[in-house]
Amino acid sequence: MIRIAAVSVARRLALAEARLLHTTANLACAKVERRAPVESNSFVMNIFKGDANLTQVFPYPDNLSEEQVETLGMLTDTCQSFLKEKNDPMRNDREGKISDEVMDHLREMGAFGLQVPEQYGGIHTNNQQYGRLCETLGYTDLSLSVTLGAHQSIGFKALLLYGNDEQKAKYLPDLASGKTIAAYCLTEPGSGSDAMSISSRAVLSPDKKHYILNGEKIWISNGQTAEIFSVFAKTPIEKDGQTQDRITCFLVERSMGVQNGPPEKKMGIKGSNTTTLRFENVKIPVENVIGKPGEGFKIAVQVLNNGRFGLGSAMCGTMRYCIEKSTEHATQRKQFGNTLASYENIQEKLARMQMLHYITESVAYALSGNMDRGYVDYHLEAAVSKVLGSEAAWWVCDEAIQIHGGMGFMQEVHLERVLRDLRIFRIFEGANDILRLFIALQGLQFAGGHLKELQRAMANPTANLGLIFAEGSKRVKRAVGISSPPTLDAYVPARLQMPAALLARSIEQFGASCESLLIKYGKNIIGEQFLLIRLANSVIDIHSMMCVLARCTRTLQKNLPTAEQEAVLVDLICSEASERVARNLGQLRSAEKLANYKRMQKTAQAMCQTGGVCTQNPLGV
Amino acid sequence: MSLRILVGCKRVIDYAVKVRVKPDHSGVVTQGVKHSLNPFDEIAVEEAVRLKEKKHASEIIAVSCGPAACQETLRTALAMGADKAIHVEVSEAEYATLQPVHVSKILAKLAERTQANLILVGKQAIDDDLNQTAQMTAGVLDWPQGTFVSQVEPEGDSLKIVREVDGGLEHIKVKLPAVVSADLRLNEPRYATLPNIMKAKKKPMEKLSAKDLGVDIAARIKVVNVAEPPVREAGAKVENVDELLGKLKDLGRI
Repeated sequence: MIRIAAVSVARRLALAEARLLHTTANLACAKVERRAPVESNSFVMNIFKGDANLTQVFPYPDNLSEEQVETLGMLTDTCQSFLKEKNDPMRNDREGKISDEVMDHLREMGAFGLQVPEQYGGIHTNNQQYGRLCETLGYTDLSLSVTLGAHQSIGFKALLLYGNDEQKAKYLPDLASGKTIAAYCLTEPGSGSDAMSISSRAVLSPDKKHYILNGEKIWISNGQTAEIFSVFAKTPIEKDGQTQDRITCFLVERSMGVQNGPPEKKMGIKGSNTTTLRFENVKIPVENVIGKPGEGFKIAVQVLNNGRFGLGSAMCGTMRYCIEKSTEHATQRKQFGNTLASYENIQEKLARMQMLHYITESVAYALSGNMDRGYVDYHLEAAVSKVLGSEAAWWVCDEAIQIHGGMGFMQEVHLERVLRDLRIFRIFEGANDILRLFIALQGLQFAGGHLKELQRAMANPTANLGLIFAEGSKRVKRAVGISSPPTLDAYVPARLQMPAALLARSIEQFGASCESLLIKYGKNIIGEQFLLIRLANSVIDIHSMMCVLARCTRTLQKNLPTAEQEAVLVDLICSEASERVARNLGQLRSAEKLANYKRMQKTAQAMCQTGGVCTQNPLGV
Repeated sequence: MSLRILVGCKRVIDYAVKVRVKPDHSGVVTQGVKHSLNPFDEIAVEEAVRLKEKKHASEIIAVSCGPAACQETLRTALAMGADKAIHVEVSEAEYATLQPVHVSKILAKLAERTQANLILVGKQAIDDDLNQTAQMTAGVLDWPQGTFVSQVEPEGDSLKIVREVDGGLEHIKVKLPAVVSADLRLNEPRYATLPNIMKAKKKPMEKLSAKDLGVDIAARIKVVNVAEPPVREAGAKVENVDELLGKLKDLGRI
C-alpha cells in the first residue's frame, strides 16, 4: 500500500518536476543547483517540504556573552541619551536634513562604522548588537535611521563583505569615521523591483586600466551627501567565447565625476537625503571593482539580504515608541468618566500592538542571532522579517493615532511624522509584494527539488528504499488522516504545548498545500500570484509562531520576570496565526475562492480598459 | 603639581526608573532594574577628565564599592576617560547597610594606596541622598575639603574653587591634597563615544575587598522599614478667595 502510493505520487511528481520552476531570475538569490536538491537548515525553507527543521530555531539565539551584553548596554545607553537630548526629529523633518551638529556628534561618537572591524577604526559590533542599535535609532528618528542605514547597512556593505584588503584599507577608515558617507546605487528609472534589468553600463578603456561608466540611478539615499558609491552596472563579460552583459559592482568616488540631482521631495523620512545620480563617462580604475566582474548581481542581492535584519530591528524601536505614547495617552485621557485604558476596545488595540511588537522582535533577533551563529541560508527569514516589521509598525502607528483621536492627527504628537516616515519601509529594500513572491517561489523551488529527488529514487527503488519509505509513509499517513504533525513537544516546556501543537498543525497543513500546488500547477505556479501571496502570508504567520515559541521557551527556562506574560502572548499569537494559516491555505483550493480570483482578474482588466473606476455613478451623472 | 585623581563612582538606580518598594518593606526593588552611574559622580568623572585634558592631571582612578555589577558602572567611567578602575567588592547583604562612614574609610585607604592627591566625588548619590562621603573622607584623611563646587582650577599646589552658597558664590582656595564634591553646575558630562566604550574594556580594573584594605564594614544601622510616600490626595478648585477662606474654615485650618 505504501509503496503503491509512493509510486503514483512520484509519477505525478515527475510531471510536475519536469516543468519545474525556473523561478526567480529577477527575484534574486543564488541560482539553485539543479542536479542535487539543495540542503538547508533554514526553518522557513523546510516548511515548504512540511518539515519542521529546528536547527536554527532552538535554542533561541543567545550568543552574546555577559560582557557583550554589558558593552551593548553601554552603547545603547549613550546613543539613546544623546539622541533624546540632542536630536530633534521634527526639525530634521522640517529642514529636510539631519542637523549638522547631530551629524558631527554622531561622527565623534563612532556611529558610522558600527560593524567595521576595529583595525579599520570601527567598533565591530556583531549583527545582534547592530540590530539593537538600529532599534534605538528606529525609536527616535527614522530619517536618521535611514541616513545611517543607507551608509552602513547597505552603502558600503559590498566593500565590507566582498572588498579585498587594499580596498578596505583605502576606504573603510574614512567611512567608519563618517568622514566620507556611502550610498548604495541599484535602482534606475527603468529598473525597480526587476533589478536584473538595469541599463547603466561600464566598459573597459582600451588600455584596460579603467571602466567607463554611463547611466542614471534614482532614489539614492545619501545621493547628495555621499562621497563613496557602491554602483551596480552591466559590463560585457566573456564566457565560453561569447560576450554577455553581466552586472558588476563598482566602488565609485564622487571625484571621479558622479553628479547628483536636487533632493527629492518625499512623503516621509524627509530628514534623509534622496537624489538621482548621473554617470557620464565616469572613469573608474579597475582596482575599484568589488568582487569579480560579472558577480555584481549576487553582491547586490546579498548586500540587501544582509542589510535587511537591521530594518526589522529598527521597526521594533518605532513600534516601542508608538506603544509607549499609546499607553501614556490611554492611562491619562478620560472620556465618559473613565480612562481610555479601562475600555475593552482600547485594551484590544493595545494588546494587538504588543503582540505585533513581540512577533517582530522575536523574528528580528532570531535572524540577526542566526547570522551571528554563522548560518548563511537566511534570505527567506530576512524577507519575512522585513515584510513583517514594516507592516506591523505601520499598523501599530496607525492604531496609536486612532487611540489618540484628534490629537493623533496633530503634528505636535509626532505620530503623523512617524506614520509618514514608516510608509516607505513597505516599499524600499525590496517591496513587500515582491518579497512575498520571492518567499513563496524560493520555498516552492526548494520543495520541488526534493520532490525531484524522490522521483529519481523511484528509478532505483531497491537502493533508495529508506527514502521512499519515509516519504511515502508521510504522504500515506496524511492521505488516510492518521498523520502525526511534526512534534515540538521535546523542545518547548509544558506551558507552551498548546500553542506548539497549533504551530505543528500549521506546518503540516502548509507542507501538504505546497505539494499539491506543485503537483497541480507545476512551473506555472510562477504566474499564480493570488495563490503565492496567500502562501507567503502563511509562511509569515508560521515563522512568527516558531520564533515566539522559541523565544518564550528561553524566557521560561531562564525564568525571567516577564515569563508568564510572554507565554500569554504566545497563546494569543499562535491561536490567531494558526487560524489565519488554515484560512489562507484553505483559500488555495477552495473553488469559490479560485472563482473569486478570476472575478477580481476580470474586474481589474475592466478597470484598466476604462482607465479607472469601471462602474458608473448611481445617479448616472 | 600634577594631580592623581581618585573619583568615586556609585552605582545607583537610574534616574528615569520609577522606584518601587519591596513587598516586605525591607528596601526597594533593585533586581531587573536599570542602574547607572550616579549623575553627580558622572559630573565628578567629567571634571577629572577635563583636568587631565588640560594637562593638570596625570592619572584618573575610578572607584566603586558594591556588588559585582559595579564593574559595569566603572566601565562607564573608563569609557568617559578614566585610566583605571578599582572595584571594592561588597556583598549584596553587606551593601544594604554600607554607609558613607564605611566608604569614606575605604576611599581614604585607597588614596594612600594609589598616592592620589585629589579625591573627587559627587556631592550626593541620588538613591540615599546622604551627602556625607566627601566630608567624612576629608575628616578621615585630615585633608581640606571643597564641597558643592561649581568651578575648580588648579593653581600651584592648591585648587581655586567656586561654591554655590545661599545668596551667592563663595570663592575659596584649598591646599592639595584635598577632597572635592561636585555640584550640578560644575560641568555637563560628555556622552561616551562608542570606540571609547570598546577601549574601556581593555583598561585595567583592580579588584579588592574591604578586608584587603583593613576597613571594617560591619553594619552601623538597621533598616527598620521602607515605605512609599503617601499618595497625594486630590485637591479641589475654588472660584474666589471667599470660597477659599470658607473651605479652610470648614477644614478647621484657620
